[in-house]
Amino acid sequence: MSMAGIEGMHDAVARRWPDFFQWLCRAASLAVVGVLLWIFWEIFQQAAPALDKLGLGFLSGASWQPNRDRYGVLPFLVGTGATALIALLLAFPPGLAIAIFLSEDFLPRPVRQCIRFVVELLAAIPSVVYGLWGIFVVIPIVQSLGTWVSERSGGFPLFAGPAYGNSLLTAGIVLALMVLPTITAISRAALVAVPRVLREGAYALGATRWETILGVILPTAAPGVVAATILALGRAMGETMAVAMLIGNSPRLSASLFAPSGTLASLLANQFGEAEGMQVSALMYAALLLVALTLLVNFGGELVLRYTERRTAGIR
Amino acid sequence: MDKPLTHTTDFFEDGSLESGKMMGRSLVNRLLTALCIVLSFAAMIPLGSILYLVVKNGLPLLSPSVFTSLPPAAGMTGGGFGNAVVGTCIMVGLGLAMSVLPAVLAAIFICEYSPNGRLAGAVRFVAKLLTGIPSIICGVFAFAAVVTVTGEFSALAGGVALAVLMLPTILLTSEQALLGVQKAYREASYGLGATRFQTIFRVVLPDALPAILTGVMLAVARAAGETAPLIFTALFSQFWMSSLMEPTASLSVLIYNFSTMPFEYQVKMAWTASLVLVCLVTAVNVTAQLVFAKKH
Repeated sequence: MSMAGIEGMHDAVARRWPDFFQWLCRAASLAVVGVLLWIFWEIFQQAAPALDKLGLGFLSGASWQPNRDRYGVLPFLVGTGATALIALLLAFPPGLAIAIFLSEDFLPRPVRQCIRFVVELLAAIPSVVYGLWGIFVVIPIVQSLGTWVSERSGGFPLFAGPAYGNSLLTAGIVLALMVLPTITAISRAALVAVPRVLREGAYALGATRWETILGVILPTAAPGVVAATILALGRAMGETMAVAMLIGNSPRLSASLFAPSGTLASLLANQFGEAEGMQVSALMYAALLLVALTLLVNFGGELVLRYTERRTAGIR
Repeated sequence: MDKPLTHTTDFFEDGSLESGKMMGRSLVNRLLTALCIVLSFAAMIPLGSILYLVVKNGLPLLSPSVFTSLPPAAGMTGGGFGNAVVGTCIMVGLGLAMSVLPAVLAAIFICEYSPNGRLAGAVRFVAKLLTGIPSIICGVFAFAAVVTVTGEFSALAGGVALAVLMLPTILLTSEQALLGVQKAYREASYGLGATRFQTIFRVVLPDALPAILTGVMLAVARAAGETAPLIFTALFSQFWMSSLMEPTASLSVLIYNFSTMPFEYQVKMAWTASLVLVCLVTAVNVTAQLVFAKKH
């Protein structure tokens, strides 16, 4: 083959490159969509025997006893909801306060930068490290606090004893720390996005700073703050390791904050390694529930977030 | 913002300083500001506590030998977590190898080739959904897709789980990086007669590269700290790894396993491993921010 021939071939290949590359990018995009479908298909496939055998009774069954082949996920559903709720109640006030704090000029910029950095650091600490810290710091505190409260509450179910350190409350407290950065970051973005004219208008009418924040800025940013809370809820529901290390992993239903409990995620973390047969299938069913719940919550949060963006865009 | 406001009020009220109502309003103002600052600083306390304890409890056992020796058996002392450091690095590397190319290519597709197409919409939607999926589900998926097929817990299964975890992060940050490239650059490139392919490779990608790298490193930092996707895919091992198809140790699973053991030495080792892990994750995070900062 002559030199010119080789170069000609080379040119032909080089000319094809752009098409090939575009095709490659399209394939990668299809693969990304495929991954989500694949995840669903795999989990669904493995959950099928449990879906067949247990049906909807799985949701309302209150006992989880693999050795007797009885699988009811209700205690874990309740635990998931309860820990996430506690986390949100505890994280919302400081989360919003920090968001306001970071979007106003109370303190000089370097101090605010520093606080922002600290909150980002909170988000970067691995879940197991939160768990380890919780075992040595939060568990003893909750145990002594729980004992004190349960002795004085006169058998009120929410505070009923005996108080364990590994409890719903412990998991909720640590979860609160873990979702705080989510609430702060998204709320702050919503607050910063409030158009300046609104703030200036309020000041011009003689409002004080907090009258402006409470009367004008927060109401305008409210959907964004709601979205932040919903997305934090999604995160709290799916958080696994810290919860698995702190909640006590009990399949019993209890109304007490100081009793051991379990969440869907902690159930998976604890039992998957040693599960066999029907138990694997039941756990896959629980995983399917967890995916469905978190996707639903995140989807809701995303919708609210989009609504916020459109709304503030309208004001500008 | 506060001061000029009070001044004007003073001015209008003809120097009679603050009336009772105004005083009440500014009192509320101060109280709320104080409350806000107190709540903000209160949130710093737990973080301070975590960092302090990780350093205080982690330092005593930290020595070069923990990186070169195997974990102690239950109840024994001595040893380290060299195999866990290697395992974490290898599994994060595997995850990165499997996820980075599809993620960046998909980002290029949805930014450059067909930003408004139906497939691009689907990719964005899926990526958002994937970021919202709990990390343990990545583990469940890898268990179903790899462990049940190959019949054993392995580093490969752990890598697959981490790849699913990293994919949406890298994709979304890469998309942002590509969107951050100024439109004028692309137009100038087309104006000079470059093709779309040339524009992407010669203009858009070089400009977006630091931001893409930042996204990749953030994904790596997150994956290195994750435990949930590994506990029942890679499981744990007391030994050095010899192949990708056997149970493999990782730092995060070691912390989880050792933290619940009733032996003091193992718990101390969990703290030391935490110190190493936090340093590793923070180092990657900070480097990522620096890479990005260099460009701007």
